Amino acid sequence: MTGSAATAAPADALPVFGRIGADAGREAVLAHLAEAARAVRRRDIQMVHEAGQGHIGGEFSVTDILVTLYMHVLNVAPERPDDPERDRLILSKGHAAAALYTVLAARGFIGVDELRSFVQPLSRLNGHPARTKIDAVEASTGPLGHGLPIAVGTAVAAQLDGSPRRTFVVLGDGELQEGSNWEALMTAGHRRLDHLVAVVDRNRLQQGARVAQTNDLEPLADKARAFGWDVVEVDGHDHGALIDAFAAVPAASGRPTFVIAHTDKGYPVSYMRDQVSWHHKVPTAEHVQTALDELETS
Amino acid sequence: MITAPVSAERPLHDCRDAWAATLVDLARHDPRIVAVVNDSVGSSKLVGFQDEFPERLINVGIAEQDMVGVGAGLANGGKIPFVSAAACFLTARALEQIKVDAAYSQYNIKLIGQSPGMAYGELGPTHHSIEDLAWLRAIPGLTVVVPADPRETEQAIRWAAAHTGPVFVRVSRMPVPDVMPAGYEFEPGRAVLLRDGTDVTIAATGTVVSRAVEAAELAAAEGISVRLLAVPTIKPFDTEAIVRAARETRGIVTMEEATVVGGLGGAVAETVVRHQPAPVRTLGVPDEFAPTGSASWLLDHYGVSASGALEACRELLGRA
Ligand SMILES: Cc1ncc(C[n+]2csc(CCOP(=O)(O)OP(=O)(O)O)c2C)c(N)n1
Ligand SMILES: [Mg+2]
Repeated sequence: MTGSAATAAPADALPVFGRIGADAGREAVLAHLAEAARAVRRRDIQMVHEAGQGHIGGEFSVTDILVTLYMHVLNVAPERPDDPERDRLILSKGHAAAALYTVLAARGFIGVDELRSFVQPLSRLNGHPARTKIDAVEASTGPLGHGLPIAVGTAVAAQLDGSPRRTFVVLGDGELQEGSNWEALMTAGHRRLDHLVAVVDRNRLQQGARVAQTNDLEPLADKARAFGWDVVEVDGHDHGALIDAFAAVPAASGRPTFVIAHTDKGYPVSYMRDQVSWHHKVPTAEHVQTALDELETS
Repeated sequence: MITAPVSAERPLHDCRDAWAATLVDLARHDPRIVAVVNDSVGSSKLVGFQDEFPERLINVGIAEQDMVGVGAGLANGGKIPFVSAAACFLTARALEQIKVDAAYSQYNIKLIGQSPGMAYGELGPTHHSIEDLAWLRAIPGLTVVVPADPRETEQAIRWAAAHTGPVFVRVSRMPVPDVMPAGYEFEPGRAVLLRDGTDVTIAATGTVVSRAVEAAELAAAEGISVRLLAVPTIKPFDTEAIVRAARETRGIVTMEEATVVGGLGGAVAETVVRHQPAPVRTLGVPDEFAPTGSASWLLDHYGVSASGALEACRELLGRA
């Protein structure tokens, strides 16, 4: 290749971020996570635009949670995907796969270039994550209501082994309407799975309407407490608050931890934010440009 | 109709005893083995397991979706979970978990369908598990095993423990006689030739293999040479044995304690249509909710019996 095209970074470039430990100092950690989250959102929205598919609203609401976990909290590494003592993360709201893939690429679990294959024929990057295709995916998800029971199982296995490894499961709020979650919430509370963390992406919207108008979850914190969990409510876009919530695991109480992460669907993009219609609407080139501009200053 | 007693002279066994004893033995030698149940300790005959390995018996309560998901998670954590529950609830209530968490995720999880078929005959169709073979056979990557007697049950459980991947095993509660030959070794995907014959083939699975044996004896008495195949794995399927039967005999009668829609009969019919067209008669529960009655009464009622199979053989040979 010749000329400037060879040197200019392509518009869809994504840097690979390393994991940043607490020893770097809080300020550096937060700067690292902010930069990673911005890069992930930039890449994600372009990917969804190019693929013509995705669930961008719920991807942007969950991005900060995934970035905080993969870039700082989780004891996982691309060099040892099968380490039995790794922490487990299960993305139960599998429709946010594009956000997961982007974070995995940004953390070095999959190639950055591979993101271009999202939902293309024979791609490993299905519209929903598949365990058999990608090492870092702990469980295939897509049908809602599967992740929490599986997470309970991984946490029971760790408990049987007396292992300090932790399990994190990320759920949609609408997803909590599925009864299987409540079966698993009971089991986790009953068995005092103190190394288990459920993170609810509380963006108050589901596919077709607001959660409160569909089948309300409130009082959610009371419900989780009644099922034997410790409840922490945080701003789900505040990396520092998320770090602090996760740092308290295992809880001194011996209970599993239920993190209600208050988020906005489409965050931080103005036209998407808190809009039901952006559950799986596909952004146009113009939408993408506006979002990229807004992300620059967010 | 000739009615033949089901092996009245031979002792009958509850295959759950073989399952439970085998699991305890396996657990003694492999700490990774755990059991996951839905308030089904007694009905799975796991009281002994629970007494010996209280920590390794995970009872999630009456919560089948949770149960299968927890099993998948345990497999993720390096355990070998045997998820044991009444087949009707395990397969109907948690079908999506079986499809996604067990099969699509390819977890090393063992699903044990207790008291399948019409073992709970008198309790009615809610408690019959006659669709399980059709449902599970349609799921890629899942092995579906239907043992015929205690020996085969033990071997299937041992094989499942040693095999990496999701396996469903039906464990019969309806008493059955020993039918598999001494020295028999279970092999997935292999039909077992219990008796060679040239006129017609009977392919049977699970609890009704003993009925097929009797049918073959009755047929021999009237000069019909029956090839008898026991089919312990519905998936993977022994296509070759069925194709050979279709080529070398004049038709195939299938027998199963399941609906005629999509189970063993479906597998045989699909196989011959694709490879070696031949007449097939499928014996099982017709496409209706069964009336109340014991399992053996219901099987007789629907002609999944020695006499029913004999009649189907005669029909295939034009001797009806
Ligand atoms: C069992 C099941 N039912 C329905 C769907 C279709 N579906 C996909 S996403 C979604 C809405 C999810 O809402 P929520 O959990 O709040 O996720 P988020 O707002 O974070 O996108 C629905 C209904 C599904 N994937 N699985
Ligand atoms: Mg939501």
